[in-house]
Amino acid sequence: MNGEVYEYKNTAYLEYVKKVSPKTNESRSIIDAFFVGGLICTIGQFIRFLLNFTFGLYGDELAGTTSVILIFIGCFLTGLGVYDRIGHYAGGGSIVPITGFANSVCSPAMEFSSEGYVYGMAAKMFVVAGPIIVFGVSASVTVGLIYYIAGLFLA
Amino acid sequence: MGKRTICFKNKPRISGTFTVAGPKEGSGDLGKYFDRVIFDDKFGENTFEKAERKMLSSAVTGAINAAKLTVCDVDAFISGDLLNQIISSSFVAREFDFPFIGVYNACSTLTEAFSLAATLTDGGYMRNVVVGTVSHFSTAERQYRYPLELGSTRPPQSQWTVTGSGAAVVTNEGDGPKIVAATFGKVVDFGVIDANNMGAAMAPAAADTLNRLFHETATSPDDYDLILTGDLGALGSRLLKKLSFDNGYDLSKNHSDCGEMIFNIDEEDYQGGSGAGCSAIVFNSYIYEKLRKKQINRMILLATGALLSTVSSQQGESIPCIAHAVVLES
Repeated sequence: MNGEVYEYKNTAYLEYVKKVSPKTNESRSIIDAFFVGGLICTIGQFIRFLLNFTFGLYGDELAGTTSVILIFIGCFLTGLGVYDRIGHYAGGGSIVPITGFANSVCSPAMEFSSEGYVYGMAAKMFVVAGPIIVFGVSASVTVGLIYYIAGLFLA
Repeated sequence: MGKRTICFKNKPRISGTFTVAGPKEGSGDLGKYFDRVIFDDKFGENTFEKAERKMLSSAVTGAINAAKLTVCDVDAFISGDLLNQIISSSFVAREFDFPFIGVYNACSTLTEAFSLAATLTDGGYMRNVVVGTVSHFSTAERQYRYPLELGSTRPPQSQWTVTGSGAAVVTNEGDGPKIVAATFGKVVDFGVIDANNMGAAMAPAAADTLNRLFHETATSPDDYDLILTGDLGALGSRLLKKLSFDNGYDLSKNHSDCGEMIFNIDEEDYQGGSGAGCSAIVFNSYIYEKLRKKQINRMILLATGALLSTVSSQQGESIPCIAHAVVLES
């Protein structure tokens, strides 16, 4: 009213809300996430063995091809509208593997294609995945620098 | 009458309504009461936004027909929705040849529009005013949360935006349920920050408006057959009852919530429906029928709205909320 900053807060009410709000069933979510995440990784491992035995791929080529196949599966299931249902059930279990990353790029691209290919699809494609890329790249550069500097002293 | 309550002398009437509901709403308990249930989320259009407009547009046309009027008889159209710059309402108004009054109070837009329409018709300035609101799960979701196909989980206190549109004609003559009073709400903020917990944020605003309404009309909850809140959901309703009980009013006997009624109760994970369309489709179909058949004689319709935006919640602001009430008699 008179220029003072007033904090809109009713502590007693907020405490009560906290008390009666439903809680996430953590133990169940963790178990679901473990099994679905584990299943995705097992499928990845299976693809890896398959490529190794049938095409004789190894090393970086093998890892790259496996990732590409998993990314394709992630995008394909997103397009079919299945991945968000898996995510609803599994939570972190389907977000952490590379298929989750594919889903986070593919879903905004689909969603915003109605605003055009440049300003819609292409511009909004990394809305969800953007922060992951920014912090992932920053973290890897930081670790790389530490590794390099530490190496200078230890050598 | 009081500081914030208006009593209408000429008692404007709601002479016709029309509702359009989405597939999920149509399969809920109230499905059979909706005038039209669409089975395709896009309603035959190529974007969800166009589908939202089409829903509002058909609700408006339907309500005008239900009131046995033609488009020429309509003096004004008061409408609002949840999208930025209320585009759905404005774009629908473009199709018609009557004045448009765009309003926005988030999910309480319905009662705000009803109060304004009743004021205009009661004062004798206008004869027939069309009131309509709309919301669509897919458009709201992409504006406020994440893309639809993103595999994220919803927290248990969250609500589900209703896909649907309801319109009504408020007129100063004819028959139909009467609007006898309106209480305009004030913005109340108890400091809830969690944008997924709308019910908890809005309950204090609802309690405040109800408190004023009872106080200024010298009534108590027992004088009404039904006190219907807009979209507090299960958790918000519980909080409202607690807050009102602390104010000295016991709502436990005749309180219902549109958000709680609209979906099948056994759907887990969320607290019920929300959105500008929620109270619009429940009130304009099921409750309106009950008023017409005089199964409900006197009721309060109290729609609540959370006045946040994605910017304000990302900047960590709490959620200011509002609730407007109208009193209806059969």
